[in-house]
Amino acid sequence: MLKRPRLIALTILILLVLVLVSLPSRKAAQLKLAMGGFFLPLFGLTSSLRLAGGQAADAVIPRRVLLTQIEQLQRENQSLRFRGQQADELLQENDRLRQYLGIQKQTLWKLKLVRVIGRDPANWWRSVLIDAGSRDGLRPNLPVMVNEGLVGRLGVVGLGQSQVLLVGDPGCLVASLIQDGNLRDHGMLAPGDSLDPRILNLTHLSRNSALKPGQKVVTSGLGGLFPRGIVIGEVVDSRPAEYGLSTEARVKLAANLNHLEEVWVLLLP
Amino acid sequence: MNWLNTVLLILGAFLAVFVECAWETPRQWLGVQVDLLPCLVVYAGLTGETVTLALVTALGALWFDSLSANPLGGSLPALILLGGVVRRYRDLIVQDDLRVQMMLGGAASASAPGITLLFLLSLGYEPLVGWFTLWQVGVMALSGALAAPAVFWTCRFLSRTFSYPQIRESSFRPDRELKRGRH
Repeated sequence: MLKRPRLIALTILILLVLVLVSLPSRKAAQLKLAMGGFFLPLFGLTSSLRLAGGQAADAVIPRRVLLTQIEQLQRENQSLRFRGQQADELLQENDRLRQYLGIQKQTLWKLKLVRVIGRDPANWWRSVLIDAGSRDGLRPNLPVMVNEGLVGRLGVVGLGQSQVLLVGDPGCLVASLIQDGNLRDHGMLAPGDSLDPRILNLTHLSRNSALKPGQKVVTSGLGGLFPRGIVIGEVVDSRPAEYGLSTEARVKLAANLNHLEEVWVLLLP
Repeated sequence: MNWLNTVLLILGAFLAVFVECAWETPRQWLGVQVDLLPCLVVYAGLTGETVTLALVTALGALWFDSLSANPLGGSLPALILLGGVVRRYRDLIVQDDLRVQMMLGGAASASAPGITLLFLLSLGYEPLVGWFTLWQVGVMALSGALAAPAVFWTCRFLSRTFSYPQIRESSFRPDRELKRGRH
């Protein structure tokens, strides 16, 4: 039989589980952030060490290499400036035409660069932690991306750190659109059944979709969380689903979710 | 009660959770993050007092859940069950045998995610589960089996280093002393 101290400890632990599980989601999130706060000094320390390591590595790069890089970047900068000017003109033209047609004006994205400080220790969720929170203007559900494409959306947002639910996590479904010439087929990007986190399933596509490998997948803007047109990835293959009533495609994400160091948060109005 | 052992184990649990969150190499190479908490709970169950085991289990699980998308307390039942079973049968377990340590570490690391997943599913959550979960559990069991002896050795070493050595009983017995000379 269980001895008295063991019985007391067991009872306390079971009660703790019951209390924690039945907490309202907001209180639970606050408690989670408070518990996670214990790790902030360690995260700060690792960030500083990484930075110092990076600086030390930078210090040994030969001057000639740096000069070549500066030259390349200056050329690239010039070219991007020209393209920026062209884009500004096109934007103005677009705004004018939208005004004529009575369509709402498009707002430009505001972005905030944040650093990834940790990854979900559990293998059955896909999320990362970032070093910015509500004091930096972040709030839940804002889209997160890298230059290559969509990464996910913000989950729990604390004061100085937040959780990003990655694309492929059951909590981050994305309304998507296959964009290839005239083909515009809507679907839902859901978790994949592969060990590779970059391969996901695009479900609820129409039965007669003419899908081909390499077709581009972007956010459709439906659902209201993600703005339209963010690159997600490309179609790998497709197969009939739900007894032939719909089509399902495997999509390879453009962003490499295994190597995230810095990500952009879209500060939507 | 030896509080040093308790503090060391809690610190170990804290660092284990942090390393799992910040160290991405196993996930990048194997697609799986290794989990050292079950090994620590097994060690606490084998060597610690009930309070030590309860504290390591509760704090380890809460810290783990705070950095994860798990609901708070989601990984607690698995660790309670593991610690409880080990604690119940600890007098029958040969703690110093390397193979036993490996078996305990492997079994604990394989069963903890399984129990947690069952608990989450029963609560209505939808964690990522598929054929790849078998691979994940396999890798976690193997890594747990390999890590358990190291965890046991480190904990014992730290405990020995930072605590007073035990006074050994002297083999001297006055009734068996050889007395020289005339009596």
